[in-house]
Amino acid sequence: MPPPADARLQLETARLTALYGRRAVVKDVSIPFPTHTVTAVIGPSGCGKSTFLRCLNRMHELSEGGWVTGKVLLDGQDIYDPGVDPVQLRRRIGMVFQRPTPFPTMSIYDNVAAGLRVNGRRPRGALDAAVERALQQAALWDEVKDRLRASAIALSGGQQQRLCVARALAPEPEVLLLDEPTASLDPTGTQRIEELCHELKRRYTIVIVTHNLQQAARVSDYTAFFYLGELIELGRTEELFTSPAKEQTEAYITGRFG
Amino acid sequence: MSAGRARRRLASGVMTGLVALLSFCAVLALLLILGNLAAKGASSLDWSFFVRNPVPAGQSGGGVANAIIGTVVIVGLAALIGLPVGVGTGLYLAEYGGGQLGWTVRFVADVLNGTPSIVIGIFAWTWLVKPMGHFSALAGSVALAVLMIPMIARTTEEMVRLVPHSLREAALALGYPRWRTSLRIIARTALAGIVTGCLVGIARIAGETAPLLFTALGNLNFTTNVLQPMQTLSLQIFVYATGPFEEWHRLAWAAALVLMGLVLVLALSARWAIRQRHAAAR
Repeated sequence: MPPPADARLQLETARLTALYGRRAVVKDVSIPFPTHTVTAVIGPSGCGKSTFLRCLNRMHELSEGGWVTGKVLLDGQDIYDPGVDPVQLRRRIGMVFQRPTPFPTMSIYDNVAAGLRVNGRRPRGALDAAVERALQQAALWDEVKDRLRASAIALSGGQQQRLCVARALAPEPEVLLLDEPTASLDPTGTQRIEELCHELKRRYTIVIVTHNLQQAARVSDYTAFFYLGELIELGRTEELFTSPAKEQTEAYITGRFG
Repeated sequence: MSAGRARRRLASGVMTGLVALLSFCAVLALLLILGNLAAKGASSLDWSFFVRNPVPAGQSGGGVANAIIGTVVIVGLAALIGLPVGVGTGLYLAEYGGGQLGWTVRFVADVLNGTPSIVIGIFAWTWLVKPMGHFSALAGSVALAVLMIPMIARTTEEMVRLVPHSLREAALALGYPRWRTSLRIIARTALAGIVTGCLVGIARIAGETAPLLFTALGNLNFTTNVLQPMQTLSLQIFVYATGPFEEWHRLAWAAALVLMGLVLVLALSARWAIRQRHAAAR
């Protein structure tokens, strides 16, 4: 069952289609993302779930031949309106990728501050506070507070990924997009990120793409199942996993394909 | 089975020996050159060789201070002109060079890269020496800069292309504008590689003689005026080595040793810069 009609929506797609040239990889997808919830997007490889996510902060159009039709509404405004500057938009929607992507030439501190600095100068004290806050939120502060000036690539893979979460959180976005954030992490690192999702949804609206069904079941309030670019089913996570409405959904979550 | 294993071992041993021998041949050339230079040039290296100017033919003594300073001035000026243009072109090719213009620039750079250096010298003579009415260090520097630009542009492009695409996406997703992503994230990540390419490029032009023959011309006196003819080590070696005097030959060997040393220092700096990059990537 879709979210209740009175839920406050921050982000919503309306008949969104994403294409590479003339080939549609996401077809006519409408999903509401209620404020301060976690929505998981699941589906077999190549089902368009990552592309869908990349439409939400206009990263898809940076790919060769990438374009969209339909709407993505953020606080009621279509982010694909000609008047919307994608650079400004991406400061309101944070993103974390499959593999950790710390900037290798920057220190831990500078990595977290990067998104703030690009948005204009601010006093040193405010910057320090914002960096600490972001690292606290990403549950990394205690591990790095004594070596903020150290290179970011000296961190472990799991720490690097949490650093990327902190970097995405520092500019205080409204929405956080996670593209298989634990795909390259060990179980401990995965658990930390999942715990983070629970923690962060109190402040942010989160969309997480994942390959891992257990993960979707653990972290999300709503789950969307994609197959061959189409949204097959969207519902409350516990309902979708216990009593899926569609045959294909059931086949996928019981492991019969994908 | 045992016979097959023996055969494999033999084949492996023979191949290893073969490539070791070939590697030795490659290194041998450098060792012979260095050894020969040291043997014939080292004895002439004294304080006055570095600080004194040449003396008139027939007299003994004298040094190549004018040529050492000239090399530094001409190569430095060439680097000043060539590095920004070369690095900028390389950045452009890597970041925006997908279209027709990029293809054209890349093609021109490759052709220029293969152009004999003496041809570039002729062009510098036609465009600069002739209109100015006299030979000058500046014309020499321009010729050397033209020689190094395509080299630096292509290595810069390669280095920038090595930066993972995921880093660019991370920066863009963070709200970096495209130009800032290119400069602050991509170019900075590739910086060690770019610096290495620049050092190799400088080392490569430091020993050039042909493009200087009819641009900088050479000068037996000490000068730092870039609008006047100027001596370089390579020109000095050319003149001394082809001259009739024993004393000149002695000085040519020593000058060659100094020039080789300069190039070696640059090459070693480049290696060091590479190592820094690898350390940063760990």
